Parts: sequence; structure tokens; C-alpha cells
Amino acid sequence: MTSWYEASARQRIDALADPDSFEEFIGPEEREISPHLALFDLPEQFDDGIVVGKARLSGQPILVAAQEGRFMGGAFGEVHGAKLTGLLRAARELRCPVAILFDTGGVRLQEANAGEMAIAEIMREIVLARAADIPVIGLIGGRAGCFGGGGLIAGCCSTLVISEHGRLSVSGPEVIETNRGADEFDSKDRALVWRVTGGKHRYLVGGADLFVEDDGGAFRQAAIEALSRPAALDILVLADEQERLERRLARFGAMNEARDIWAALGMLRPEAVPGLATEAFLAEAGHKREHAHDAR
Amino acid sequence: MEKLSFKFQTNRAAGGDKSKTPKNAIVGVVASGNLEVLIERSQPPGECSIEIATAAHGFGPVWEAVLSDFVTRNTAGGLKISINDGGARPDTVALRLAQAVRKIEEDKA
Amino acid sequence: MTAWDTQKKARYGRIEAGSRFAEGKVVSKDALPRFLDAVLKPGDRVCLEGDNQKQADLLARALADLDPARIHDLHMVQSGVVLPEHLDIFEKGIARRLDYSYSGPQSARIARMLFGGQIELGAVHTYLELFARYFIDLTPNVALIAAVSADRDGNLYTGPNTEDTPTVVEATSFKGGLVVAQIAEIVDKVPRVDIPGDQVHFLVEAKKPFYVEPLFTRDPGAITETQILTAMLAIKGLYQPYGVTRLNHGIGFNTAAIELLLPTYGEKLGLKGKICTHWALNPHPTLIPAIEAGWVEQIHCFGSEVGMDRYIEARPDIYFTGADGSLRSHRAFCQTAGLYACDMFIGSTLQIDLAGHSSTVTASRIAGFGGAPNMGSDPHGRRHPSEAWLKAGAEADPASPAPLRRGRKLVVQIGETFGEKNVPTFVERLDALDLADKLKLDLAPIMVYGDDVTHIVTEEGIANLLLCRDADEREQAIRGVAGYTDVGRGRDKKMVEKLRERGVIRRPEDLGIDPLDADRRMLAARSIKDLMLASGGLYDPPSRFRNW
Repeated sequence: MTSWYEASARQRIDALADPDSFEEFIGPEEREISPHLALFDLPEQFDDGIVVGKARLSGQPILVAAQEGRFMGGAFGEVHGAKLTGLLRAARELRCPVAILFDTGGVRLQEANAGEMAIAEIMREIVLARAADIPVIGLIGGRAGCFGGGGLIAGCCSTLVISEHGRLSVSGPEVIETNRGADEFDSKDRALVWRVTGGKHRYLVGGADLFVEDDGGAFRQAAIEALSRPAALDILVLADEQERLERRLARFGAMNEARDIWAALGMLRPEAVPGLATEAFLAEAGHKREHAHDAR
Repeated sequence: MEKLSFKFQTNRAAGGDKSKTPKNAIVGVVASGNLEVLIERSQPPGECSIEIATAAHGFGPVWEAVLSDFVTRNTAGGLKISINDGGARPDTVALRLAQAVRKIEEDKA
Repeated sequence: MTAWDTQKKARYGRIEAGSRFAEGKVVSKDALPRFLDAVLKPGDRVCLEGDNQKQADLLARALADLDPARIHDLHMVQSGVVLPEHLDIFEKGIARRLDYSYSGPQSARIARMLFGGQIELGAVHTYLELFARYFIDLTPNVALIAAVSADRDGNLYTGPNTEDTPTVVEATSFKGGLVVAQIAEIVDKVPRVDIPGDQVHFLVEAKKPFYVEPLFTRDPGAITETQILTAMLAIKGLYQPYGVTRLNHGIGFNTAAIELLLPTYGEKLGLKGKICTHWALNPHPTLIPAIEAGWVEQIHCFGSEVGMDRYIEARPDIYFTGADGSLRSHRAFCQTAGLYACDMFIGSTLQIDLAGHSSTVTASRIAGFGGAPNMGSDPHGRRHPSEAWLKAGAEADPASPAPLRRGRKLVVQIGETFGEKNVPTFVERLDALDLADKLKLDLAPIMVYGDDVTHIVTEEGIANLLLCRDADEREQAIRGVAGYTDVGRGRDKKMVEKLRERGVIRRPEDLGIDPLDADRRMLAARSIKDLMLASGGLYDPPSRFRNW
């Protein structure tokens, strides 16, 4: 059992890919570091916090990007973003699927403009890849979660895999509290944070497609499954997605507590959901959750 | 960031079959209390050079002591070691250096 | 004619004055300010619970709201200075003098107030020592205590966090003092009687539970590889050779790592049943995997720990529980157990000097002592032998004939050579000496004295001070495990080598330990969630530790 949550970006790639199949692009020895951090007298990392390359997954070629959540909270900067943009362009040329291992709080404040632009470029590249029928899957289960621009990018992926430690959202808990007050959202109430943004809730409400144990092997199996799912993005898929979201809003829009949503979905003991082990959770949630159907 | 640079002479060259082991290895993460260590086989066999960028200022003598012990006790000849340090303690530094040497000697290329 | 019952009469007067605001023993929350004003007198010696964990917070707030023109110059005697109100009363002149033990949460503010002369300090004590003085020269006139519930006769249920209450009530109630208890609710029948009603004079219904600090929970997710290395050294280099079965762990990440290594590393070494069977210990969640794996026979607790109630109730073979099923803790007895019935104390500290004296005092913070000076002291009154005790005694004094040679309790300081913010643990001169100067104290606040310390464990190895023959050897033994601190780099390399040859210093390689093996995968639980799962869902972690 290798904990995905505890693993570094490189350890996650090791756990995901076929043994000895990973070849890094623009590795640390190339020293493609951020041109901005020195201005702030901040430490740099040789790979700027993201590891990209090619590998095989069950014999099938894939391109991989893994964010290092412990370096600047896994946040996007100019080089970090460019490595992912470049990888996605290569995916289109090579007609090769992509796995993005998210672990990010969003965009680096110190590289805000470059970071935001990178988010936009990455989203466009994913859409173009999917328009060419190339799967771009996301794996979420690290300490930083998948927030801000990362959440937006994840929303463009063809299939999302998430564990219970994983969190997926755009605005982070502290941002919501600062803007709306602690009565509206107490960011220190971690049980609440996970009820709203955590893996089990996202899975139940259709925001993520595959739910797995916090284990490298489990993420690997789910990634193999995810790559076999439909990836195309066209006007019909978007229309389905719109319909799905409208249905979700109609069904749950009036509720302001996740447990009410889970009860409405038919979960027998909503208050016990966070404590359920993976097997027990999937056994019940698997057929009660909101399905994404063909829309993503 | 404080930049430090050291060169050591050693008669203990890094091991491993050079045709099979990788040309470089990396361990660690740049975060508070942590560091990354990049090792490259790029120096002449009797030499070990070490470049450091560190967030913690004024610890030159401590780095010198840690690195000097490291070179004495390990097979560091022929290696260029580059460190980005987020203010790690000496014991963490020693650990990462040892992990990096093990990686470059044992990992398959 | 000498009057010999003045205290009895005085108490009767307090009860009369207080009864005007009470129905039977019960004082309403609204009447509390007037009640306190009526029962207290200027210059009273007051014990406010101020335990390590539970706080009589309602009574503390009411005390802080009194009019200092009417109630002033109180002498506070309490274990813990924890709540802001505990210091507010000094700022306002309601209290003047303080005798206490532990001030961790208020360490910065109490330092400022002591330097500023706003508090007249009696002394800082270790818990058992303060309790002892409650019966000799610090007997309270009034005790303001915290309980979970009471019946109308005043029988109290103090539950898992019984802590100091029986000791405080014993000293106060049987020597003419007044006992006032804050409770969450009045019930028809308490689950069990922790304090009999005839020792309690008044009850105040707070309508919500008293405040408890979660002090003994350490997130396994925060344990570092270096801490795991020190834990491996401790288990193989100390627990195993001395055969330590009865012990106390001071709270910290190094000891948490030891607890989590028992079912894995300890198992690999074949030590189950041979070490760590009997404990004086709070209900550390990090001991759950070892308990579940069958390592532990029993544990006596100083207090409880947030989230552990259901687990404790499900393990009555291990913990001390009442007829109602919930934990019964008792700080005075657990401190006594740690002193006389344990063969080892192991804990961490902030600073150690060249004589082995250790202290948690810094230039701007005074955390007090808590239980460590007691747990970390060698009891000369002990008479029963054990393998570990005799072995340590023989190492300390090889010359004396065995029948006249007292054993030694193992007192171990464990930690990394550099602490938080990369501040060195090993120093030439303790900050405590500066504090003694500043406050004109007779003694520098030392947590554990060098002549009580038997071993120091760092990532560099183990120094056995029992085997040191003089002060020079002791100094070099300490320098020899002080790593790359200034103290460590100032070592006499030749002498340290000699000490290593004699086994006074043992490095990881001398014990067959490879530092690269100190890996987080060796922990029996790597997260709070793992602990919860190991407990079968019985452990309810506080919200701040959740990541699911």
C-alpha cells in the first residue's frame, strides 16, 4: 500500500506507470526554473514543481504530468504552466492520451498573470485534444487538493479520478471565509471542508467519475479504466453537460448542507458517509450517485 | 537566497555500473524544512563539487561541516551536487544527500 | 481563651452568605457574580481549576468580572494558567500572588506580566509538589472546580477528565474551605460518584460542558524521518537492553513515533510482551495500534484526551474505568505512579546544556513545569527492584557492593539536535539562567537536572551518562550526540572516539541501524485517519485533524 496522499510527484508517477517505463521531459538537470521567483528572493525548484514525460500504462503509451503539491502549494507559474501546455500540444501531435496528476492550490501570486494565462492556454489545449478524441484524465488525491485554476482545468478533463482525501473546487475554504464570513463557511471546520469539496461528495454529486482508495495501485487501476472511457468533446457533449448541470441545480439547488444532498440521493445514513471505508462507500454510492452519463 | 559553493577532493568515487546507472538523480522537495538534491555524474573521479541556494542565511560553517563529513563517509567522487534548500536542518540535509547517492548508484538508467 | 474553630466558623459564614443566592446548593448562572462577591474575601487563597486539560471556564470568567475594590489581593494556587481570565485577574488587581505548575498556553503573556511586576510569584512547581503543598502550606480557602454533572445533594461526576479534582477537594473541604463546582447540568442521578456531595458546598449550572484542551494528540502525518530514527534508536538501544516494561512517555513527536513503531519495528525485534506493557500515560491516540496488537497490559491516566472516550470505554481491560464505564483519571496518583512504579521516563525538551540540565524556558516564554520534573526524577525512596532499575544502578556505580547499591530510574531526553525554526537544542548556557536573573529567582527554572538524566538520544546516537565517570566525560558525551550545533562541532574528537569505544556513545551503525531505513512506512499508522481505523471507528478525532 503506497499512500497517494503522502507520495511525492515522482513517487506517484512510479506508482501509476508500468515499471521502468517513465521518461522525463525537461528534467531537473535542464534547470528550467521560474524566471520570477528570484525577484521575490524565494526558493526555486529545478523542475518548477511539475514533472512531465511519457510512460506506458498497461502497455499503452501515455503522457504524464504530476504536480508537486509541497512546492509552493503546487501552484501554477509561468514555467510550470508552460510544461503542461507543451505536453498537451505534444499529445495532439502524437495522438497520445494524457494523465494529469493534480496537486495544486491554483496560481502563484508571484506569477499571477503568467499563471492565469497558462491556465487559459491549458484549458484550450485540453479542449482541442478532446475535440480530436484524445482522452485527458485527471487524478486528484494530494495534500493541496485541486483548487483555483486547477479546478477549472480539471473541469475540462474527460474523466476524473478522486480519493476521499482529494478535494476539488475553485475558491478555497479560506477565500470563501474571508469573503463571506465564518458563519457562512468556517474554513477551520475541516469536516465541513471535506463535505463540500472532498472526494466522496464530488463522486456522489457527479463532479468526479471514479472514486478510489488512497493507494497508488488503486489510482493506477482507475487510470486504466478512465482511459477507456469516451473522451470526445463536441456540441452534443456540451449540451448534455448543460442539461446535467441544470438537473443538478434543480434537484439540489435549495440545499445548503451536503448531508441533505446525500439523503436526497438515497444514502441510508448521510452522517456516516465520511467514515465509510472505500468498499462500503462504493457499494452504496455506486448506484445512488448522480451519473455523468456521457457528459463531462 | 544565500548561494554557497564547495569543492572537495576525494578518493572514493561514486559506485554503480556507469553504463547502467543514470547520469543524474534527484531527491527531495523544496519546502519549509526540506530541500531538493540533484546529483549529476559530471566531475572528474577525484572531485566532488557542491552548489547550494539556501533560504536560511548565515549557516556557511554548518554546511561546510555537514558536507565535509558527507564526502568523507560516502562515495561522492565524480559527482556534482546541486541543492535548493528551503531551510532544512542538518540531519535532513545529510539524509537527502545519502538518499541521492544511493539513488544514483542503484537506480536503473 | 484561644479559639480553635475559627476556620469552621468562617466557612459557616461563607455558606450563609452564599446561600442567599442559592436554592439548596444550586446557584443560578445569573446570580453567580453576586454569589462570588459574597463568599470570597480579600486575601483569600483560591484554587481555580486550571487543570492541565479541563478548565472551570465559567467560574474563571465570573472571577475576572469581580469588582477589585471589593475582592482583591487573592492568592491563586492552581495547576495550570491556561485561560486568558487566569491572567486577567492579576491585571485587574483581583489577584496578587500566584503559585502554580504549568503555563504553556499563556507562556508569552505570563512572562510579560512577571517581568512587569503585575504578578507576585510564589513559586513554579511540578504538579505533585503543588498538590503536596495543598495539604501543608498552600491549603485553599475556596476551591472553584469543574465537574461534568451533579445531583442536588452535590455528588459530582467528573468523568474521564477527573484529573486534579479529588486532590483539590480533599485539601479544601477537610480543612475548613469552601468548594464551589461548575457543572454542565444537574441530574437526578450521576453516572458514578467521583466526589461525594458532603464535600461540596455549592453548584453552578453552566448549561454547557467545561472547556478541554486537546493536548495529547499528535498527527502521525507530521512525524519526520529523523524522529523515526530517534525512535528506532530508543527502542533498540534502550527499551530492549534494559527490558523496560513500566514507563511514561512525555508528549512529543519522538515518543509518538516510538508508540507507532512498537507493532512494526518492535515486532520485528521480537519485543512484544518484553517491553512497554504497563504505562502511566494519558490516552494517547498514537498508542492505539500497539494496544490493538496486544502490546499493552494496562494504562493509568493523568487525565483524558479529546475524542478517546468511546475507545476507552470499549477497552476496560486496559484503562481504569468506573462502574459507569467511562475513564477515571487521577493526576496525583498517576504522577505518583510515574515517580515510583515506572522504570523509565522519556521526553523531549527545548534546551540541554553541557551538564545535562534541561529547560523549556526561553527569553520570552515561561511554560512552567507540569509533570516532567517529577516524572524525570530518580526517587530515592524507592525500594522494590526491577531488572531495568538494577542494571542502570550498576552502570552508575560499579564500585559499590551490589546489596548496598540503589538502582536508578531511566530518565531519557530524546529529540533532534536542532529544534523548531532551526534553533539548536544543545547550548552552552541555558536561557533559564537569564530568566532567574531577571526575576531574581533563587533557582533557574530547570525541568530535569543533569544528575537525574541517564541518557540522551538524538539522530546522532545515544549518550549514556550513567557510564560517565566525571564532568568532562559527561560534557563530551553530550557534545558527541549534539550533531552540527555549535556545541556538537566544539567536541574533542579524540575523546568522543574513546567514549564511543567504551559504549558511552553509541551511533546508529553501532546498533545495526541504517538511517536510510528510518522511513515513514515503518509507522503502524501514518495519519489520524489510520488511527481512527485502527480503533475500529471508536476514536473520534477532533475536527482540526481531519482530512476526509
